[in-house]
Amino acid sequence: MLGYLVRRVLAAIPVMGVVALVVFLLLRLTPGDPAAILAGDNATTAQLERIRTSLGLNEPLYIQFFTWIDKLLHGDLGVSLISNVPVLTMIGQRIEPTVSIALSTIVLSVVVAVPLGVIAAWKQGTWIDRFVMGLSVLGFSVPVFVIGYVLIQVFALDLRWLPVQGFKSIGSGFGPFLERLVLPTLALSFIYVALIARMTRASMLDVLGEDYVRTARAKGIGEIAVLFRHALRNAAVPVITVIGTGFALLISGVVVTESVFNIPGIGRLTVDAVLARDYPVIQAMILLTSLVYVTINLLIDVAYTLLDPRIRY
Amino acid sequence: MAIETLPEPSIAMPITTARPRFGFLLATPIIATASILLLLITVMSILAPWIAPHDPMQLLPAQRLRPASEQFLLGTDAFGRDVLSRIIYGGRISLLIGFGATVMSIGCGLLIGLFSGFFRMVDAVLMRVMDGVMAIPAILLAIAVVSLSGASIFTVLIAITIPEIPRVARLVRSVVLSAREEPYVEAAISVGSGLPKIMWRHLLPNTIAPLIVEGTNFCAAAILTEAILSFLGAGISPETPTWGNIMAEGRQYFLVKPSLIFWPGLLLSIAILSVNLIGDAARDALDPRMKQREGK
Repeated sequence: MLGYLVRRVLAAIPVMGVVALVVFLLLRLTPGDPAAILAGDNATTAQLERIRTSLGLNEPLYIQFFTWIDKLLHGDLGVSLISNVPVLTMIGQRIEPTVSIALSTIVLSVVVAVPLGVIAAWKQGTWIDRFVMGLSVLGFSVPVFVIGYVLIQVFALDLRWLPVQGFKSIGSGFGPFLERLVLPTLALSFIYVALIARMTRASMLDVLGEDYVRTARAKGIGEIAVLFRHALRNAAVPVITVIGTGFALLISGVVVTESVFNIPGIGRLTVDAVLARDYPVIQAMILLTSLVYVTINLLIDVAYTLLDPRIRY
Repeated sequence: MAIETLPEPSIAMPITTARPRFGFLLATPIIATASILLLLITVMSILAPWIAPHDPMQLLPAQRLRPASEQFLLGTDAFGRDVLSRIIYGGRISLLIGFGATVMSIGCGLLIGLFSGFFRMVDAVLMRVMDGVMAIPAILLAIAVVSLSGASIFTVLIAITIPEIPRVARLVRSVVLSAREEPYVEAAISVGSGLPKIMWRHLLPNTIAPLIVEGTNFCAAAILTEAILSFLGAGISPETPTWGNIMAEGRQYFLVKPSLIFWPGLLLSIAILSVNLIGDAARDALDPRMKQREGK
């Protein structure tokens, strides 16, 4: 187990190395002078020079790369070209809304989607099954910003139940915090529910035909217990995997949702950085989200061994 | 001595080519509806210059944010442009990007996958690179590429294509890895078939069915990504009519005129839904293993 863990962590290093190389080359391989691209059309020579020195663009390419990697490994993600604030500080200021939305989305999606998938598999071929699968295709197809605006129109403007936009820190009271979290979470959960429900259903269908399920039923155990205690436990691995790979969906969802609901999180930070061509921020965001993605999937792989004693490495 | 030709086999041999059949497009009423809707959107986009009632770029400052009327069936936007005409033209970009990015990613991914599956030497390196690219969230990579290279249809196309290439490459590689162990590939190698011939005649046909499935699903995702890029302001330049751009401009006027978001959103959703449904139908029709697994 320990050996496996070490191997997995070591395997993640080249992956992150490639990510860093892609991020590094993205700016350098773009045709034209990187400093001019970042500074825009009306830049003065002094501005160009400032960007060149702050990104080290005057050095040879390989020296630039290794200096940059060295800084990264020391936790230095650079300084914003626009506000001159260290990128890590900027991210720290904006992380709370994003983490709140992401966590509430994952919790809500799992709580809703897993039972939906289980019921769909149990009642396979009936209208319930078709309804869940239909909902799932819909969830994949309706863009999150369309869902977001429909929710705003219905719950904030027509019914006036919830605020239209914005975010309140949990420090300013749980009520206002939750109130503003509901709509973004609902909007973002739609696609995640679709993904997880679909996978749960497929995985449950695999398991429901197994002998131990028949044995459990033959023993006279209640159907609910058979489904959730015997079948779902064995069907859990693919479901957990999809929660991990779905993290990429969550990222793009967060970026869009924060724009729709005017939430000052790191998704909004990224979009603003892109519009202002604040490359150090863009670069840091790509690196950090990739790192989180790789780490989550690593943890999930390790979690298998805890969930499923049949898997041994 | 005359060489006798072998007699025709008395048992009809089943011909098992990997050629896909397209009957699945009309398999169930829902899928048939999806196919027809997609066809309608395609026809609408191709015929846009003839069926759009107005020029989608024409600014009429006196007619800003007009409600629906006989002259402007869906009203006008904040610049006095006809919304219906812009939506009709917007379909062109969505379909072009969806189709273009699919073709390009399959082209590149196929090449990488074939080589990676066949040559163990390059495999290790290529796959590590692919892993790295796959670890980057597609949307972030795409907006970074667009913001650096400037917004044009071509850069958006590239930006959407790049993150998908590793997925296609991995898929093709896995098919090739299992196919190259098959006796017919071994036989082809032993009779001295050239590498291009082996790849073209023996390996490529195996990849067609899974690629159609992956391609349709990605096509829907590409249409969605283009709309997201435009919506965030990191896509094709704002005056170009795309569904995402119309919605992005509509954001500011959402309280006054929500239809600026709902109409393009509806068409976008219908287009993506249709492609997704066709993708699912393709999977059921072309991948019997998957069908069995889902217990249908």
